[in-house]
Amino acid sequence: MSVVSEQAGELAANRTKYHRTIRPATRWISLNLPEVWHYRDLLLTLAQRDVRLRYRQTALGALWVVLQPLIAAGIFTFVFQKVAGLSGNGIPYFALAFTGQVAWMAFSSTLSKSASSLVGNASLVSKVFFPRLVLPLSTVPSTALDFTVGFVVITVLMMVYGIVPFWGILTLPVWFLLIVMLSLGIGLICASAMVRYRDVGYIVPVALQMLLYASPIGYSLQQMESRLGETFIPVYLLLNPLAALVEAFRWSLFHTENVPWFYVGYAAIVSVVVLTVGAMAFRQQERKFADVI
Amino acid sequence: MPKSDNLAISVRNLGKSYTIYHNATKHNTIAEALVHRLRHPTETLEKETFWALQDVSFDIPAGQVVGIIGRNGAGKSTLLKLLSRITEPTTGEIDLYGRVGSLLEVGTGFHPELTGRENIFLNGAILGMTRREIDHSFDDIVAFSGTERFLDTPVKRYSSGMYVRLAFAVAAHLNPEILIVDEVLAVGDMDFQKKCIGKMDEVARSGRTVLVVSHSMSVINSRCQSGILLDKGRIKIQGDIQDVVNVYLEQLYERDSQPLSALRFTGVPDLGKQIRFTALELVSEDQKTLRFGEDIVIDITVESDINQNDLTFSPDIWDQFGVCVGRCFSAERFSLRAGEQRTFRFSICEPNLAPGSYSIGIGVGTGGFETARRDFDLIVGRPSFDVLSFGQGDFSISSWESNWGRMVFRKTALEPLSSE
Repeated sequence: MSVVSEQAGELAANRTKYHRTIRPATRWISLNLPEVWHYRDLLLTLAQRDVRLRYRQTALGALWVVLQPLIAAGIFTFVFQKVAGLSGNGIPYFALAFTGQVAWMAFSSTLSKSASSLVGNASLVSKVFFPRLVLPLSTVPSTALDFTVGFVVITVLMMVYGIVPFWGILTLPVWFLLIVMLSLGIGLICASAMVRYRDVGYIVPVALQMLLYASPIGYSLQQMESRLGETFIPVYLLLNPLAALVEAFRWSLFHTENVPWFYVGYAAIVSVVVLTVGAMAFRQQERKFADVI
Repeated sequence: MPKSDNLAISVRNLGKSYTIYHNATKHNTIAEALVHRLRHPTETLEKETFWALQDVSFDIPAGQVVGIIGRNGAGKSTLLKLLSRITEPTTGEIDLYGRVGSLLEVGTGFHPELTGRENIFLNGAILGMTRREIDHSFDDIVAFSGTERFLDTPVKRYSSGMYVRLAFAVAAHLNPEILIVDEVLAVGDMDFQKKCIGKMDEVARSGRTVLVVSHSMSVINSRCQSGILLDKGRIKIQGDIQDVVNVYLEQLYERDSQPLSALRFTGVPDLGKQIRFTALELVSEDQKTLRFGEDIVIDITVESDINQNDLTFSPDIWDQFGVCVGRCFSAERFSLRAGEQRTFRFSICEPNLAPGSYSIGIGVGTGGFETARRDFDLIVGRPSFDVLSFGQGDFSISSWESNWGRMVFRKTALEPLSSE
């Protein structure tokens, strides 16, 4: 008897506790982050799903996390150092290319995965309610995991090449975070645009391909400067905030000189702004997703 | 107004509209949209606002099981999507007292590559359970689904029955104050359906509120206390379930008074242009019911604008869930001259249809044997009829369960092969 009344009491309490009114949306948009937080278990479970599924039915499995950037760095080293004759400015070229590749993968995988997160989960979006922001956000943990593995390989490379780390290495998470924020912001805009226009799904890989060669991933900014002239660089850094972030990322590992700190600050601000704008745009479009997707 | 401290759901003037663009080709790519805009800079798109739901108001007290019924397109799904916050309303307000768990399709978010165990956690999280809640009811979920032995097998290797059982088991252990269930009872074997209905009763007994959408009037009738009938986006009637179901059933028969052209299949172009049906009537005492086992006889009138040989009819029979039960082609071929109108009597003899509601879809066309079938006209849903329950002496049992299928095997034989 007491169990029953206890249950009834809890039920009544929950009715008041979870009371909510649904109205047509007003113009005012809030990010409603508390609700996203409430759904953190879903975020983690989705992230877990992605990690688990990624290398299922592959022979080498998780080894690909390491192999992919190693192969890419090898190609960059061959093309840019051996064929084009660029120098690593005192850093072993392979280490330079590999760090570039790790930073690049954080950027490109966040962007491409978050951009396709809504369309790729269309059945969820049209059948169940949850804050839609959970979907693009859930791509971040697996990127962070890749990044961590990449970092381990970097430390191995540093040992092999006899590079001694300095205090700057402690700032490494900051650069990773800024790179992810920048790409997530762009990814959010792409994701909401892709619900309406599937073109975005074709544009993103092409744009990424272009950006890969337009950023100091397989080469260093100094090489670019010495070949294209000093006047070119400020314009370039304004246009491509990713470049400054990658340079700062390399600095934290190799203590490189001539880091364009002013533009690193600029890129940090751009990252924050892009993420905020992206999240706002996403929320604005969110209510229409289920109707259009 | 009921007292608000006992309310589960309160809906006022709820409306949801979609904009439909006419004459404008739908642009699926940015380029198309841009090119169109550039070519027709002054064109204003002809817009039409379509109200999927309009002026809907109702109050549901806590602890009730409420059935939502209506024909396809009446707005049931839209209402459920609004209540479960998948889409936002255009007008009006909804007050929800408690958490809403919705089960719009079993197994939403199931991933075929993941194991049963992994999918329980994934699906639970998608439905809004926290990790702790899932951990807490994990064993119950597994026991309810009866898939213990296959927990670590990817669900892509599950049979469809196992898949559905596991999916429903997760959803059944959601503990929201308001549970929304959409037609999930149409799946699974009988044991499992009983389990599901039992679970629904249990949820209701504990003081929670259940909203059920179903086409099965037997489920609605036996489980719900009250109901809401939607028609063309508006509430036609709400209140006591028996009244609501009666109005719905009357409405179903009303379809027989619509003009035939309204029932023409729209998926194939140019149907009814050259040869068309002008009348389709069931031949029986009251023109809408058949005794069990009675021949299905239809009078078919067709008219033609062209000369055409080798025509045949191809009726198929659909059950109330929209599942095609069977199909036949008339063995005899006939011809029509331009301007001619002819009436035929078509019989399907000794049908083994189980008691229930059916409707007929019928085509007139050529081919289908050696060559591809070409239909000149296709009408869906006329005539519709009910097959009555067994009369005495018809069969060795007296009633037919809805999940025994649509076919009764009437001629059976049992003989002892060994003496005692």
